[in-house]
Amino acid sequence: MRTARTLASAAVALAASGCLTFVEVPIETPIRPKIDASPFSRVYVAGFLPGGTEDVDTNLETVRLLRSQLKNKGGMRIIEADVLPLTETAKPVPADGAAAAPPGASQSDPDKTVALAEADLPPYEKIFENKEYWKKVGEEFGSPLIITGSVLFVPHQRSGYVQKEQEVYDSFGRRSVVPVRTYMDRKGFILRPKFVFIDGRTGETLYTETFREEILYNAEQSTPALSSYFELMDRLLPSFLSTLSSQTIRGSRVLLK
Amino acid sequence: MPALKKLIASAVIGVAISATFAQAADRKAAVEQVTFGIDAAKAGLWREATYRWERAVELDPSYAAAFNNLAIAYEQAGLFDKAKQAYQKAAELDPKNSYIKQNIDLFKEINDRANRQNAR
Repeated sequence: MRTARTLASAAVALAASGCLTFVEVPIETPIRPKIDASPFSRVYVAGFLPGGTEDVDTNLETVRLLRSQLKNKGGMRIIEADVLPLTETAKPVPADGAAAAPPGASQSDPDKTVALAEADLPPYEKIFENKEYWKKVGEEFGSPLIITGSVLFVPHQRSGYVQKEQEVYDSFGRRSVVPVRTYMDRKGFILRPKFVFIDGRTGETLYTETFREEILYNAEQSTPALSSYFELMDRLLPSFLSTLSSQTIRGSRVLLK
Repeated sequence: MPALKKLIASAVIGVAISATFAQAADRKAAVEQVTFGIDAAKAGLWREATYRWERAVELDPSYAAAFNNLAIAYEQAGLFDKAKQAYQKAAELDPKNSYIKQNIDLFKEINDRANRQNAR
C-alpha cells in the first residue's frame, strides 16, 4: 500500500509541477449585437426630437453623425433621405381639440429644428408608439430598419471640490506631483439621447436604449456647445453601434500546462 | 489464513499500482494534448486548440489546467455558457490557483456585459 501511495504522490507532484507553467495569450471575445438587423437591407435614421439648448441642432447633427457612423463603422446601407420633422408630427393634441402652439411656433428659420424643454419631451415621445405612422414611413422607404428617438442636450453647472494634480518642488529643487483638492465652479453639458429602433415593416419598436453622458469644464473655460456635443456623442457611439453590429472585446488570459 | 491475507493485500496493492500507472498515463497523454493546444492557440489556431483541450479533459477529467484552457477557448469563440461551466470545473479542481481566479474575474466582466446586452 505504501508503494501505491508513493507512486500516487509522485504522480500528483508531477502534475502539480506541470501546473506551474503558464502562458499569457491575447484573446478576442465576440459579443453579439443587441438586435438582429439581418432582415433589413437598409437603415433609415429618420430624425430625433430635440430637447434642451438650441445652441446645437441636435436633430440634424445626430442624424448626420449616426448616418456616417453606421455607414463607415457599421458597414450598413443607409437611406440618405430628408430628416423627418418629428417635433411637428409628434405635437400632442390638447383635450379641447385646438392645436397647441408648438414651442417653436414663432421660429424665424424654418430649416432649424426648435428644441423642446426637457419637461415637454415625454408627450412628444408618444410618437414612437404610433405603429401606423412608422409603418407608413417604412413603406415609403422600402421597409428599412428605422432609427429615431429624442436627444436632450442641456447646459449644466456644478460647484464642488475636485481633485487635481499639482507640481511641487522640495528644497533641493526636486519635482513631484501631489493630489490637491480645490473648490471649483464648473459648467458643461448633459447629453441624454434615447435611441428607438423600429421595424419599418410593422412599425413596431424593436429596441430602445437611453444613454446619459455629462461633461464639465472649469467655469472660466469657454467651450463651444457643438464641441461638447461631439465629445459626449463620441463616448456613447461604440455602445450605440453595438446594437446593430457585433463587437469584439480584446483582452488576455493565462493558459496553464 | 495469513497466506490469504497476504494474497488479498498483494492484489489490492497490484490494483492500486496499476490504477496509479493508468492515471499517470492518462495525465501524461492529457498534458501532451494541453501542450499541443497551447502551441495552437499561440498560433491563433483556436479550433485546433479547442479540440486538443476537449480531448485532454476527456483523458483526464481531474486536470484543472485543461478545463481552464478549454474555458478560454470557449470564451474566444463567444460560447459563454460553455466557458462558464469549464471555468467552474477548473476552479473546483484547483480552487487555490490564482491564474484560474484571474481568468474567471476577467471572464465575469465580459459575461455580465453580454448578459446585460441580451437582457435589454
